[in-house]
Amino acid sequence: MFKHFFNLQWKSFFRAASFKTNLAFKILMIFGALYFIVVFLALGVGSFFIIKKAGLGDPLRVVNQFMIYYLVMDLYIRYMFQKMPILNIKPLLYMPFKKSAVVKYSLGKTVFSFFNWMHAFFFIPFSIVLITQGYNALDVVAWHLAIMALFYANNFLNIMMNNQDRIFYPMVAILAILALCQYNGWFDVTLYTAPIFDAFFDTPWAFLISILLLAWLIYASFNYFKKHMYLDGGLASKHTEAKSEDYTWLNRFGNLGTFLKNDIKLIRRNKRSKTTVIMSFLFLFYGLIFFTGGIEMYEGPIWSIFAGIFISGGFLFSFGQFVPSWDSSYYPLMMSQNIQYSEYLSSKWYLIVIATVLSTVISAFYLYFGWEVYLAIVVGAIYNIGVNSYLVLWGGAYIKTPIDLTSNKKAFGDKQAFNVKTLLLTIPKLVLPLIVFAVGYYLINPVAGYIAVALSGVLGFVFKDQVFKMIEKIYKKEKYKTLLAYKQTD
Amino acid sequence: MITVHDITKTYGTQTVLNIPSLEIPKGQSFGLVGNNGAGKTTFFSLLLDLIQPTTGKIINNEVQVDISEAWKPFTSAFIDETFLIGYLTPEEYFYFIGELRGQNKADVDSLIGTFENFFHGEILGQKKYLRDLSKGNQKKVGIVASFIGSPEVIILDEPFANLDPTTQIRLKQIIRDLAENNDVTVLVSSHDLIHVTEVCERIVVLNKGEIVKDIQTSTQTLKELETFFGG
Repeated sequence: MFKHFFNLQWKSFFRAASFKTNLAFKILMIFGALYFIVVFLALGVGSFFIIKKAGLGDPLRVVNQFMIYYLVMDLYIRYMFQKMPILNIKPLLYMPFKKSAVVKYSLGKTVFSFFNWMHAFFFIPFSIVLITQGYNALDVVAWHLAIMALFYANNFLNIMMNNQDRIFYPMVAILAILALCQYNGWFDVTLYTAPIFDAFFDTPWAFLISILLLAWLIYASFNYFKKHMYLDGGLASKHTEAKSEDYTWLNRFGNLGTFLKNDIKLIRRNKRSKTTVIMSFLFLFYGLIFFTGGIEMYEGPIWSIFAGIFISGGFLFSFGQFVPSWDSSYYPLMMSQNIQYSEYLSSKWYLIVIATVLSTVISAFYLYFGWEVYLAIVVGAIYNIGVNSYLVLWGGAYIKTPIDLTSNKKAFGDKQAFNVKTLLLTIPKLVLPLIVFAVGYYLINPVAGYIAVALSGVLGFVFKDQVFKMIEKIYKKEKYKTLLAYKQTD
Repeated sequence: MITVHDITKTYGTQTVLNIPSLEIPKGQSFGLVGNNGAGKTTFFSLLLDLIQPTTGKIINNEVQVDISEAWKPFTSAFIDETFLIGYLTPEEYFYFIGELRGQNKADVDSLIGTFENFFHGEILGQKKYLRDLSKGNQKKVGIVASFIGSPEVIILDEPFANLDPTTQIRLKQIIRDLAENNDVTVLVSSHDLIHVTEVCERIVVLNKGEIVKDIQTSTQTLKELETFFGG
């Protein structure tokens, strides 16, 4: 029976549409995966010595101290990205298998998930280093098993939570508050959690607790799924109650208002677009890396423009990049309706501009780091509105990836977002403003650098109509290819 | 109203549609039948400029569809669920289409009011997004949306599929009413021979991309079609 399951899984993997991507991207993916593996390995081997050298105390205790954050972060990442195992078992329900076999298979499959074994790249070398450094081998193994069991427990915990936002978000909020408290020295939660992880090492039998916890979670999720394996039970997709919204105040903008209304609904009512908005909010804090001097490489004056573009352009990059793919599921409708491309594009453009202005206003808190920092953000915003807003719309014409609005799959990058044309377009988006700034900065003075970037933004804004006509032409030219590409869902 | 000149569509070496000439006069109710892969949806997609013809051209009311977009204001269609916007409620969707076709809310309300019978109480005020409706109910929404804004050409691909018997009967009446109006040209494709013969004045049979029959509907038509497809 497992032979059949395995066979199905094998085929679904190798026949997936996404598997047949171009070679260049595959190589890129492999390098990306290797990179992370190497980083984890390096951390696993090196962190013992790094911690020791930094004089933070016993490396094992330090790791244990922060283990709680590691575990919760892991759970958070799983919640965002790990796919639920139950999605494609519907066709198996009426087959002559025992239900428990299907459940076992579905749950068993998750054990091999990348989200589980990636941690081994850190913990195995770390444990080996511990043993070579004279820690008691048996205790280290016990500790190792206990910790790995906890990560696997996360795996099943995530399955049990099964997209329960109301459990998940409060949990993350509590963690964020605790982390803030610890950072400011008000309250240190790790004082209470670290002993638990220490106990796995100190007390010979304690690791059994963690393993028992895992066993219990496996048992519980098995029962949970077996009980809910009905089309109207656990397998039903969640329906939210729909509310009609009018946004009549947008009517005054005519056809543009019609599209804006639709775009607002698009963003508010779909999981994928909501994630994008949250992401673009996170971009606001990207500058903290630069302006707090967190990373030395970023301390050159040119990088402040780079940061400015990202801080104000979070929405521009994460949403704008995928115009018109947001409308992919009903693109044939859009193409056969009485629609002018220019109005359709304007609506998206206004959304981007409004979001950019909003981000700039919110990022006023950067004034704390000095007016020059905020000036860089404002200048970046002007460039974003005047130049980058067109460039993302232009580039979007070549990214023919259908978007599944209801799922978060691929929310953080997609193979087709990498093609030569879109890569070339990132040059004017990111590199050009840096060059313009550098020319002004080094040839004249710092202020001239800012003025130069802002001016190029204003210049772009002046030519809006001409640029829109050009983009429209490209969209028209790409229309049939785009329609065809959106048909291919996977 | 619609004239087809030497249209062909080829994928690789396979020609999926080849219509040397076809003329659909204004006001006609036109039925298209054929087995799977006969080229029905391809033909409709060409009419809507969703795919490019390999050769030839289609003229819709003096507009060549793959060159000008001036056919869009008077043409509407429901081909499949890609014509629906999943995250809207049915009402919002109707208003959206209405606004694109120059109809205000009151216009749309009065039009969809006449279809209450057709909706059977399952569409309006249901607090559901289109993506959460059943296939049949989605189809009802798509079909009615294609009537918004008094289009002169209405294209419906397989409108009877997935509909319950009551709705099928009501839809037949709706299409017949449209056909009586001499300003509206209705193009319908179907696998159901009985339905098409009941609602269409003219029936064209496609087989492997070519027109093999072109019949003015009469009492013998059903028999003729059954013989063709049965043999």
